Order: sequence, then structure tokens, then C-alpha cells
Amino acid sequence: MSEGIIYWLQQTLNALQLGSIYALIALGYTMVYGILTMINFAHGDVFMVGAFFCFLAAVYLGLPFVPTLLLTMLGAALVGVMIERLAYKPLRNAPRVSAIITALGVGIFLENFTLALAPYPKNIPALLANATWNMGGVSISSLQIIIILLSLGLMFVLDYVVYRTPVGIAMRAISWDKTYVPLMGVPLDLIISVTFAIGAGLAGAAGTMYGLAYPVIDPYMGIMVGWKAFISAVVGGIGNIRGAMIGAFILGGVEIMVAAFFPSTYRDFVAFTLLMLLIVIRPYGILGQPRTQKV
Amino acid sequence: MNTMRNPGWEWLMAQRWILPVLLLIGFGLAFAIPEYNLLNKYVQLVMMYVGINIILTVSLNLVNGYMGEFSLAHAGFMAVGAYTAALLTQKVLPIADYPGLFPLAVLAGGLMAALLGLIVAIPSFKVRGDYLAIITLAFLMIVKSVIENIDYIGGPRGIPGIKKLTTLPWVFFWTVATIWVVRNFVYSKYGRGVLSIREDEIASDLMSVNTRRVKFLAFMVSSFFAGVAGALFAHLLQFISPRVFDIIKTTDVLIMVYLGGIASISGSILGAVLYTVLLEVLRPSNFAALVSWLPDVIFDPLNQYFIRHLGVWRMVIMPLALVLVMLYWPRGIMGLREFRWFVPKRDLDAHHRHVAHGGSHDAPHGH
Repeated sequence: MSEGIIYWLQQTLNALQLGSIYALIALGYTMVYGILTMINFAHGDVFMVGAFFCFLAAVYLGLPFVPTLLLTMLGAALVGVMIERLAYKPLRNAPRVSAIITALGVGIFLENFTLALAPYPKNIPALLANATWNMGGVSISSLQIIIILLSLGLMFVLDYVVYRTPVGIAMRAISWDKTYVPLMGVPLDLIISVTFAIGAGLAGAAGTMYGLAYPVIDPYMGIMVGWKAFISAVVGGIGNIRGAMIGAFILGGVEIMVAAFFPSTYRDFVAFTLLMLLIVIRPYGILGQPRTQKV
Repeated sequence: MNTMRNPGWEWLMAQRWILPVLLLIGFGLAFAIPEYNLLNKYVQLVMMYVGINIILTVSLNLVNGYMGEFSLAHAGFMAVGAYTAALLTQKVLPIADYPGLFPLAVLAGGLMAALLGLIVAIPSFKVRGDYLAIITLAFLMIVKSVIENIDYIGGPRGIPGIKKLTTLPWVFFWTVATIWVVRNFVYSKYGRGVLSIREDEIASDLMSVNTRRVKFLAFMVSSFFAGVAGALFAHLLQFISPRVFDIIKTTDVLIMVYLGGIASISGSILGAVLYTVLLEVLRPSNFAALVSWLPDVIFDPLNQYFIRHLGVWRMVIMPLALVLVMLYWPRGIMGLREFRWFVPKRDLDAHHRHVAHGGSHDAPHGH
């Protein structure tokens, strides 16, 4: 293979890794938006809390990879449900921006609470033996493969849950109508909590994988990653689960490719300019439906 | 709101001459305080930050509160104003010989920001709500990224050694100017247009509101004052870098806007003052000084277990307080209400006629 193709393949692999982490977080944004039409700005910080749970489980409990992952997902899901019950539920009938500002407040709280408890950046130990294979010049690490496959697996499970199970049907029904669907016997509060639990659990999984791929974690790591995941959700069409996955891989791809072929400081500039253009041309995202406005 | 009103409050609200008198006293104090050192330097500094935050909050409220959009770009406009003004005072204007040229730099910062405000206004013709929020976020990131990539203006290292030209009188002047302009804009013909866009854009279009022109104006006024605030901020902090104007800065202003309440100038002032002052009060040394009158039996354990740790925990307490305020007052402290001295007389009269004819007291203005 020529140099160019090898470089491309290598960067594609990196893009898939970054994209799958964005996708796991973007799913939480899009699910909550789909069901409550609310942007959960604390979600990026739930991802950060997930990474810290991973640190706790790996260092203080000394657990291996799989229990760490499960514990992290469980912990993050609990945090997500608690945030929903304590901070968002009382505001369900309030103006939308109140919930958004509350979410921003919860996010800042999580950041600084973690900072107060863990003032210095932490190192996540290598939970997996990392083997690197060389396939025709492209170096593939087992970690990359695990991150990509595990994320894809979680996405397929989620897709199955949302489109094939009674819980998923209830979720989609509630996102469609919140007045009459509960009258049919669908438990509104429970389904909303389940949505938050799934979204936060996925963010926890993303936190673990991020911690494995980029081992230094700090309380502010969730801000930028969270915003980018949110952007992925919007690019794909917010509220649309498959759209969020596509959007995340697009954003991951653009970021990696810009960094690979231009000076890396241009990354944000190019990524956000593309995003701006996309929204101006296609305001409802790639898979979103244009909302018809009734007059 | 309640129909039983306190007659003393009613009388006070009718004395509209008090506001200009207070303003004059304020101007006098703004000159006298630094001149005769009536308050210590730290308090003066906090006062200037309060003023700058009021400018930011009132101007963001125009777009986010009155027009009902969710702009995240404010820190970006602030950065444009700060960099424009700082470059002018450092490299172009002979500030060392003529310090009086400083307002020119501030004005230029504001105008530059207003010009870029147009760029954000154009997508807002087509895109609304969450998607416009993303565009404004993208704008903020692009501004930051462009600054980081231009070596001439310091790139990621920023501009150090900016002269300290921001003084209390200037901050006071620009704060009053912002409030005055935004208040007049909101109660003008275009201001009605801004409100009507928040309620229903299509309906206002049909009622012959020129929504494009209104949006242009609202974004320009809002970003102009964000630029002014940035210019003042740069010449107070004396150092700017792209990191200073990141999304966290926007979040701060958003919190002040929604804490104070949307579509309310008095709310924005209250929100900015409360948030800025509380954050300062919660610093350990300030809090200790504040409660130093307590007897030692109470003060010592309080200091031991609480005050000494405030340095870390104040940023935990503040967002918690914000969440609590939002839970109990989802519209913010003054949401959709206005301090009556800020409402033009003709609007108050119209409101009273409306109430006298059996209308509801719940009209959005005149409390």
C-alpha cells in the first residue's frame, strides 16, 4: 500500500475511536431531548463523573476492566436519575430555559464538587493489556478495537431497546405526546427516569473508554467533550438516535482529518465552520425532520 | 401579582425624579471614590467588575430575554471588543500621550463586535431555537480559534501588559449608557418588534413587523455592548488570551441573566450584582471579615470547619444556590417584571388604563 493510503486508514481508525466516544455521549443528549425537548447541559459532566467512577473502581477497588465498566455505568446512571429527580422534575412545567439554566448549574456543581474532592488530575491505570498489531503499515491497537466494538455494541443494544422493546415503544410514545400517552397507562415518570438512566449509563461507558484512551482525567474534561457530543447530536438531527450516532462519527472524522492534514490548531476552526454551514443549509440536522410550524 | 399594594411603595414608585438624582449622585461618587480613596482598592475593583457584568447581562438579556433566543456567543463578542480595543491602545493610538483617547478604543471595540453581530443575525432569519443556539456556540468557538491562530495578536498566549485605563467613572458611564440604550430600544417601536418575535415570529411577520431589521438591530445592539464590556474588561484585567473568553464566560453571563430574570433590565442588574458580589463575599478572607463580629465561641469552629474551606467550596455553593433559585423562581427573580422607574411613563399610563377597564394586573410590565 502507498504511504498516503496507510496514513488515511490510520486516521480513519482514530476517527472511529473518537467518533464512538462522542456517539455514546451524544446519545444521552438526544434521548433526553427527544423525550423532554430539553438540552441537558449537565450531561458532559456526567461523562466526567463516569471517568472518575472508573478511576475509583480501578484504583481503590482494584477491579478489572469489565466490573469497572459495569460499576461506572451503574454509578453514572444513578447520578443521571438523581439529577433528573432532584433538579429537572420540579421544572417540567416551567419555561424551557429555566430547565436549561438549571442544567448548566448542575453541570458547574458537578465540575466543582469533583474539583473540591480531587484537586489534581488523575491517572487511570491501564486496565487492558494493550497489544499493537501492524497490518500492512497500519498500526492497530487492541484498545482501539475494543473501544470501537464496545461502543458499536452498546449502540446496537440501545437501538434494539428503543425500537424493539416495550420500554422503547413507551419512550418514543412519550416523546411524541406527553398529555395523552400517560392516560393510556404509560408511566411517565418511570420512563423519563429510565431514559436518563440509559443516557447517563452510556455517558459513564464513554467516560471509561475515554479514560482508557486518554488516561489523564480532570474535573473540567467534560465541558469540551460534552459540547462536541451535543454538536454531534444536533448535526445528526437532535432527538433522533441514529442521527446522533452518524453525527458523532462525522464530527470525529472531521476533527481527526483536519488535524491530520492541516496544522492541528485549525481543528476547531474548520470543524465549527462546517457545523455552522451545515446548520444554515440543513437546520434540522441530517436525519431530523423539518418541523412544520403551524400558524 | 397581588392586587393589594403597599401605599408607601406606590408613593415611592410615583416619585420618578429620584432616579435621575440617584444617577447624578452615582456619577459624583464614581469620580470621588477613586479620587479620595473612599473605599479600598479591592472594593473599587469589585465595583468595576460588577459594572462590566451589568453591561454584559443587560445586553445579553436583549437577545435571550426580550427576543427569546438562546445565544451563547456573548463571550465571543466580548473577545472581539477586547482584542480590538487592546490592539488599538497598544499598537495604534498614542495612548501614552493622550489617555483621553481610551473611549475611542472602547467605541471601536463595540463597533467591531456589532459588525460581527450581523454575521450571527443573518442565520437567525432562517434558524431558530436550539439550532440558533448551536450557531452562536459555533461562532464563539470560531472567534476563539481564529484568535489562537493569528500570531500577530499573540495567538494562544494572548496579549500581556495592557495599560490599566478602565476607571470607575468610565465603567459607571458605560453601565448607565447600556441600561439607557437597551431600555429605550426595548420600549421603542423596534422593541415591540423584538417582543413580538419572542411571542410568535410568523404572526409578527404577518402583522408587518420587519422581523429581519428587528433582528439585525437587536443582535447589533447586544453585541455592541458585549464588545464594550470586553474592551473595559481587557483594560482592567490588563491581560487577555483566548482562554479568558471561552464558553465558561458565556455561561457566567447566562446565569446572571436567568438568575435576574428574562426580559427585565432591573432583573439583569440585580442578577449581575448578586452573582458577582456573592462570589466575592464567599472568598474565605472576605467571609471571615464579614462574620468577625461573632463571639469567638462561634467564630472559631465556623472558621475551622467552614470558612477555611470556602476557597474550594464557594464554586460548589454558587451553582447549588442557582439551582435552588431556579426551582423556586423558575422565571428568575424579576422574570418578565420591571422596576417601575425603568418603564416609560406612557407605558405605565397605558397599563393603568388597562387595569382600570377590568384588565388583568398580570401584564408583563409595571411592578
